[in-house]
Amino acid sequence: MIKNLLSRFLQGLVVMFVLFTITFFLVKAMPGGPFQSEKAIPAHIKAKIEAYYGLDKPMGVQYLKLLANYLKGDPGLSLRLEGRPVTQIIGEAFPVSFQLGVVAMSIALLVGIPSGCIAAAKKNGLLDVGSMGFAMVGVCLPSFVIGPVLAETFGRSLKWFPAMGWNASSPQTWILPAITLGLGTAAYVSRLTRAGMIETLSQDFVRTAKAKGVPGWKILIRHCLRGGLIPAVAYIGPAFAGIVSGSVVIESIFQIPGMGRHFIKAIETRDSSVLIASVLLYGALVILANLFSDIAGVWLNPRLRSGKN
Amino acid sequence: MKTEKGTSLWKDAWLRLSHNKPAICGLFVLITIFLTSLILPSIPGFLQDPNLPDLLGKNQPPSAAHHLGTDQLGRDIFSRVFYGGRISIAVGLITTLVAVTIGVVWGATAGYVGGWLDDLMMRIVEILYALPFLVIVILLSITIEPWTSELTKVTVALFSGGSSDRLEVENTRTWVEPLTTLVPLFIAIGALSWLTVSRIVRAQVQNVAKMDFVEAARSLGLSHIRILFQHILPNTLGPIIVYTTLTIPSVMLLEAALSFLGLGVKAPNSSWGILIKEGADAMLTNPYLLIFPSIALSSTLIALNFLGDGLRDALDPKSAK
Repeated sequence: MIKNLLSRFLQGLVVMFVLFTITFFLVKAMPGGPFQSEKAIPAHIKAKIEAYYGLDKPMGVQYLKLLANYLKGDPGLSLRLEGRPVTQIIGEAFPVSFQLGVVAMSIALLVGIPSGCIAAAKKNGLLDVGSMGFAMVGVCLPSFVIGPVLAETFGRSLKWFPAMGWNASSPQTWILPAITLGLGTAAYVSRLTRAGMIETLSQDFVRTAKAKGVPGWKILIRHCLRGGLIPAVAYIGPAFAGIVSGSVVIESIFQIPGMGRHFIKAIETRDSSVLIASVLLYGALVILANLFSDIAGVWLNPRLRSGKN
Repeated sequence: MKTEKGTSLWKDAWLRLSHNKPAICGLFVLITIFLTSLILPSIPGFLQDPNLPDLLGKNQPPSAAHHLGTDQLGRDIFSRVFYGGRISIAVGLITTLVAVTIGVVWGATAGYVGGWLDDLMMRIVEILYALPFLVIVILLSITIEPWTSELTKVTVALFSGGSSDRLEVENTRTWVEPLTTLVPLFIAIGALSWLTVSRIVRAQVQNVAKMDFVEAARSLGLSHIRILFQHILPNTLGPIIVYTTLTIPSVMLLEAALSFLGLGVKAPNSSWGILIKEGADAMLTNPYLLIFPSIALSSTLIALNFLGDGLRDALDPKSAK
């Protein structure tokens, strides 16, 4: 178990290195540059700016230098925002995105798991068909359709919640973006939970419990929930990755000042240092979520604890 | 004497599928949407020009002249939805083809060869799985943009036969350009969507490779390539078809998300993603702009998912959830 975790951790480090390399060369190969403007900058000034940021050196040297800086924990200066350090930009934007992601993920789990359990318990009943139909719509209605509709109805027409913006201390501003972001994941979690619960409910020990006269809800929660959650928990890693990517779209719909906005902005302005740093941060989050998902899976499923895998 | 005829795998599968009502409805909806989006824009004069502005007829509700109304520039939404659908569907199909091809070749090689190569190839898949997907697609699609403008130039020159006639060159450009400018999107999304397919093909190939008929083929001295592509892969076709059907909606959704962010399909081409973006911006003044493209995209996605689930039950009963 410990050995397994250690190897997953080492693999995570390899992934980060690969991600760094891919991102570096993709970003450097992008057409256009950070110092292009409508009025051409005189050549000698441009050369001076590039020398200041170390962009005049050969690609290999830049790569090694940036790698060394990252190992020391210093991602450098932004190329567009008047030389502000990248750590400062991300330090402001990341907590917003993180909060949004955590609230969305909580919504996804709090809606998805119970609805999946109920659907499995009432298999082929009205509740099952209803919640699975809803889940199908949730999977197929993209967030960029749901988002504007929610913002328009509950934000501008009914004025229940603010239609855009973000305030870390007022939960009202979280509701609409987090629901939009979490809905697709909730639908998926619900389908997976239903499948896992149906599988577990068909096992022999459930029949034994029924024969002993254990009440239905107790069979569901005490006997089956742990086994039935395995597929959904294995999905938490990929789901979090989906939420991380999804937040880029959501932040642009609801005008939230998070990582996604900076990422899109950095792409438009070819701000390579912000780009590389944010991609690496996204990557690290996805790796951590996968690791967490693995650990939780082992905790739920004792068969994974000994032996291989 | 009458002999009992056995039913083939495909006939069995079709029987199972035809009893699955959501899947058959999905199939029917898909055929309708695909055929109308591919054929209607090709009939000259049937649809109005999707890019023709009419400044006197802006934001009209649905009427006889404009079946779904007009947008903020007076363009006909009905024809824009079909033209956009053609691009969205083309992106979905071509990208899936790219993804499935890579996935099948990669997974089959890893599963058939085995050993250290298998380890290495699957490690690479694992690493790619752990990357933040949308973010890499965005970077990739921008990085390969200059190559596509080069590609456009080369293709236009190729099809106009180096002719110096300006008009002919321009005519070629009008149909070549929409295709070549989409190439970065095809490559970027396709190059990162093959992972699941490769895993499934690998597992299937590993199973089939152990069977006796493969041993027989080997003892006949057939080449590895022939054994793999002629004898093993046809036996893994069921799961490949299932996951192809399920890859199309995820790819179409990705294209729409990119276009929504202004990074995918670019004007004057339009796709459902772009139409939804325009609709979302103009929701207050004209809700039809958002509603119709959203219905088109969502019903396609739902139909594909139902069909994919049905195919999985029909072709791959063991993995059915």
